[in-house]
Amino acid sequence: MVCCDDAGRADLRRPDLGAIPGLAATWPEARTLELFRRLCEIRHFDLRARRGQIEKDVDTLIYLSVGQESVAAGVSMAMRGSWLLGQHRGHSFYLAFDGRHEPLVDELLGLPTGCCGGMGGSPPIHDIERRIVGHIGLIGDQVPVAAGIALARPGERVVSVFGDGAAEEDYVLATLGMAASRKLPILFVCEDNDLSVLTPTRDRREWLLADVARGFGIEAVDIADDPWLVAHWAETLSDRLPAVMNVRTCRGLWHVGTGSDDNADWDRFALVRETLAELGLADKAAAIESETEKGVEELWTSRLRTRSAK
Amino acid sequence: MDLTVADTIREIIRGHIAENDGVVLGQCLSAVGWIQNTIPAQTEGLIELPMTDVAGAGMAVGMAVAGRRPIFVIRYQSFLWLNSSPIVNYAAKCKEIWGYSCPVFVRAIADEGNGLGPVHSNCYHSIFMHMPGLPVCAPMTPGEYRQIWDWYMTHDDPLFVSEHRRCFRSAEELPDIVSDQSVFTIYAASAARFTAREAVRMLAEQGIVCDLVNVLWLKPFELSERTLAPLRRTGKGLMLDSAYEVAGAARSIAYELMDATGARVRALGMADRSPGASRHLENGTPTPERIAAAVKEMLT
Ligand SMILES: Cc1ncc(C[n+]2csc(CCOP(=O)(O)OP(=O)(O)O)c2C)c(N)n1
Ligand SMILES: [Mg+2]
Repeated sequence: MVCCDDAGRADLRRPDLGAIPGLAATWPEARTLELFRRLCEIRHFDLRARRGQIEKDVDTLIYLSVGQESVAAGVSMAMRGSWLLGQHRGHSFYLAFDGRHEPLVDELLGLPTGCCGGMGGSPPIHDIERRIVGHIGLIGDQVPVAAGIALARPGERVVSVFGDGAAEEDYVLATLGMAASRKLPILFVCEDNDLSVLTPTRDRREWLLADVARGFGIEAVDIADDPWLVAHWAETLSDRLPAVMNVRTCRGLWHVGTGSDDNADWDRFALVRETLAELGLADKAAAIESETEKGVEELWTSRLRTRSAK
Repeated sequence: MDLTVADTIREIIRGHIAENDGVVLGQCLSAVGWIQNTIPAQTEGLIELPMTDVAGAGMAVGMAVAGRRPIFVIRYQSFLWLNSSPIVNYAAKCKEIWGYSCPVFVRAIADEGNGLGPVHSNCYHSIFMHMPGLPVCAPMTPGEYRQIWDWYMTHDDPLFVSEHRRCFRSAEELPDIVSDQSVFTIYAASAARFTAREAVRMLAEQGIVCDLVNVLWLKPFELSERTLAPLRRTGKGLMLDSAYEVAGAARSIAYELMDATGARVRALGMADRSPGASRHLENGTPTPERIAAAVKEMLT
């Protein structure tokens, strides 16, 4: 377990936090490529959604995960099929947990065939048949709901995703306590982009989520968003739930909408490409990337055509 | 240039911090445009709360008990569902139960449309009118904001201020429109003040002259010559608001008006359904068209 108690806090925001050297090389090639495929699906989906907003096909608020894709992709490698409760920035986990693409695109396009019938746009997306539960828009309030599902369905695992901002919500902390007391099989995943809208963590609090979780008696790791590392810990912890993963990641775009400040601390996608090249998988990775990009484009084009036919 | 509502709020706060040892509590105060420019760009006097939506209000209440006259800022009224208990239970009941006061100034900001969707696109002041011990107002002009601030500073009650983003950039004062020629009296609160003006203009073009009486205080509602005389003359009224109509401010005030005058008064507010993010599913402040249609229906 990575223990960060004595590390300076600024030190924790680095791309190799908790790194396990050589981890990616221990993975079978097929698994690594599947991981990368999931990463690409998220990235190209959100880049396409971004274009959709720029071109005014999407006129509701969108919260994009560009830069943060590896958290969802990594967790999904161990936890797909579990209940999933994400937050407003939710396309990434929705896609990684195999939520259906078409109702998601339709929702962003405001179509009645959208997963919320056009009511919600980006934040409350769901695919209940696949155990992906909607978020109402109040940050963190999906976390106690996750505990409710765990209480109601003994033996079924639940993934509860929230941000570093939401981690401060009273009810999120209370839920950690409940999960600890009842040994609920919940994997709590904090997508720690160090931002609540634009307010950095240092202006909001001095404590670490992993420390708090350990205080409740919950196993916790505080790691960077290397997708192999994320998958490794998701898998390791999946048998020891409840557990908390605080994953340091970088939001590549604005809090809401399509803009970019171009000041991310690191570019995980580029780092992943580098690792794949080192593994001798550059060509295969490039092929996956263009394939997923093409697939996403085809879907959007066809849904846009459907919309304009209405 | 005239001060806008946002400028007015910001200058009141600046003065409150500098002169009264006042304090502001809220989330993301300093980042993201200082709450639409309503917060002075300074660190002094500002308490950046973590994302602690339930406990944050309790902290503001504690500062009020200790005499700091805190301003508690709520970016979207939807968060009120989480933080209302310290406001309606502690602050509002303080004087009745313990005899000491808890003057917290609650700045609750409503907004609508713009893809905000089912939770954040809304105005929830009506539920606060339900609880004793908590006056509720909805200032929409710079002058009205100063007026309610003066009220707060000269009283020791908590105050629920239902703001609306629609007015932040406005520098306009919105006086009542009252005329002997009127055949109908419209009352309006919150952002409906703006759509009501438009409706009055539209109706006048069609030869239907209406009064427009502004409602700044939702609770207590002002039963006075100003509010009642026009209705006594026209005999018919409509109360408009930006919040839900069912069990809402508009219906409650319509009842008070009817009770005081015997005239028939209807209410119009948000329809009884959640607002959707997509444009065609929105639900908000009654539009001028809806208002004009309701007036005409009552006149036939
Ligand atoms: C209960 C509640 N409080 C405040 C907000 C306003 N808000 C919307 S997104 C956001 C930032 C949340 O930060 P985080 O949980 O870290 O998620 P991120 O946006 O970084 O993915 C805030 C404060 C909200 N939606 N709900
Ligand atoms: Mg964050």
